Amino acid sequence: MTSPAQRLADAIRHPKHPGLPAVMPYVTSGFPTRDGFAELVLGLSDVADAIEIGVPFSDPMADGPVIQRSSRIALDGGATLAWILETLTSLPRKPACPLVLMSYANPLMAFGYERLVDAALAAGVCGFIVPDMPWEESEAFRVLIASRGLASIQLVTPVTPDDRLSKLGQGEGGFVYAVTVTGITGAAMEPAEISSYLDRVRSLTGKPVCAGFGIRTAAHVRALSGHADGAIVGTALIEALGRGEDGVAFVRALVA
Amino acid sequence: MTTPTPIRWSDWPDARGRFGPFGGRYVPETLFPAVTRLEEAAVDAFADPAFMAALDAELRDWVGRPTPLTPARGLSRLWGADVWMKREDLAHTGAHKINNALGQALLAKRMGAARVVAETGAGQHGVATAAACARVGLPCVVYMGAVDVKRQAPNVRRMQLMGTEVRAVTAGDATLRAAIDEAMREWVGDPARTFYVLGSAVGPHPYPWLVRQFQRIIGVEARAQMLKQTGSLPDVAVACVGGGSNSIGLFHPFLDDAVSLLGIEPGGRGRGLGEHAATLTYGRPGVLHGTYSMLLQDADGQVVETHSVSAGLDYSAVGPEHAFLQETGRATYDVVSDEEAMEALAELCAHEGILPAVESAHAFAGARRWAKANPGKRILVGLSGRGDKDLPILDAWEAR
Repeated sequence: MTSPAQRLADAIRHPKHPGLPAVMPYVTSGFPTRDGFAELVLGLSDVADAIEIGVPFSDPMADGPVIQRSSRIALDGGATLAWILETLTSLPRKPACPLVLMSYANPLMAFGYERLVDAALAAGVCGFIVPDMPWEESEAFRVLIASRGLASIQLVTPVTPDDRLSKLGQGEGGFVYAVTVTGITGAAMEPAEISSYLDRVRSLTGKPVCAGFGIRTAAHVRALSGHADGAIVGTALIEALGRGEDGVAFVRALVA
Repeated sequence: MTTPTPIRWSDWPDARGRFGPFGGRYVPETLFPAVTRLEEAAVDAFADPAFMAALDAELRDWVGRPTPLTPARGLSRLWGADVWMKREDLAHTGAHKINNALGQALLAKRMGAARVVAETGAGQHGVATAAACARVGLPCVVYMGAVDVKRQAPNVRRMQLMGTEVRAVTAGDATLRAAIDEAMREWVGDPARTFYVLGSAVGPHPYPWLVRQFQRIIGVEARAQMLKQTGSLPDVAVACVGGGSNSIGLFHPFLDDAVSLLGIEPGGRGRGLGEHAATLTYGRPGVLHGTYSMLLQDADGQVVETHSVSAGLDYSAVGPEHAFLQETGRATYDVVSDEEAMEALAELCAHEGILPAVESAHAFAGARRWAKANPGKRILVGLSGRGDKDLPILDAWEAR
């Protein structure tokens, strides 16, 4: 049977819109409200190739002002990791794409790793992104989730040296998250400048490579063709949701 | 029965930046090369006699070290104890913070950094960093919570006078924690050119070790001065603990001695979550700002806002080495309220002619309680800073 990690990699390698990179929207769970979360995830899953489910945290140190604000609003609305996993477990239908959980380390630790892995599998989660848990601090967590077939998704950046990049990209399943700016989420991005960086990342890993941070438009997504297997869109979608726009329509426009 | 092997304190932190289970490097991948480079540069600098000589000379000629050890005659009489004060309030810029800020600024210069960022709570670390950057010739930006900008206005002006840009942070709780979040983001944005001068013994490795090494001079001097001026070591050394830099600086040189170590945490106005900032006493382990340590958090792992009358102690986490000293039982930690700290401040003014920082007043309140329970002992108290900056807080306290 295919592991969740492998299912995630396959979904990125075979996107719904051939010719374009896979599209992976990021949502801050519970933003703008908790009520619309289940419907948003299901709607996005029909258009997207994978969804990054963000767990709001009080101190999101690797995020820019837009995601900080959405996290605050979600927390004030009562979004918790337990609520997120329960909601995903009891969706009225199965999402049409794999889900990835993105969380800072502390909410995961407070939940308890063993309990987390069981709940994540039940919720259809295929992998984890933990931005403040680098390779050196993540061994126990990585070993645990790998033993249950879940992907541990490593971030790499333009300042990551080649030897470290090879280490972070080893193994199979899931994908490598290539941060496309040395900065916080939401900064502007010049696709032409990062092509060579993405090509370098791809040459050093056997996993699919998804580019993230600063991808805002359909043109940005198209420009990644041939250089990245997937495009992660976070801040621009959160901004659209914050303006009261239809998040599913926003993502559909990215692949039109 | 077997005798446990005594802990060799000099073994910590280990190669992974851990003090027992605490510490580590929980940083985004973007910062990983930066913390590694910082550790290598610090190891290299500490082994370089020229760097250490330059640091010593600046500590002597510019900071004014060694700071005195003063017999507290009035307090000794009142408390029925033999009380001695380590006078970091007499260091340049008025607090122990300068020891670390100067050390890191010299390290930044040596590493060829183009600019410095720092965070500040009470403003003491901000002022110290502003002064050190002016002295060594580096541009400096300080992030300060908007709440603290208001309650520590004189320090904002001092930083600006020394050419530092002060940026008020309105996010989160608008105090020290939010300021660290913002300074770290700035560092994430430009890790190659920016040097982050972290002000307490917190954050990812190598900071808890680096800050301790720069602050150890407090305890090294105090230990020698106690021996010289009294002929013996104290029975107990007492210091306030926010992030924990002045306390680890005072405690560390005494770890192998038969000296009790007592850290005093800010108890604020009560025991409920959000009413205090007593992390070691009421917290649970978790990860914040790059380190695994004790943390004030809710059941879901969200970090909670804190309260203390003292801006410099108003922090949700604490240095990982203190968590280790607590776990091993080598140091104990006690809590004093806003009220008790303010009483101690008044006592120090009336009987010693010294206006201490509200932070330092916590140490005196804790020392007084210890003295009542242990009569006739010799007590060393860390007087970490002077209280001129706190006049707005004292006015507000009077008017409450």
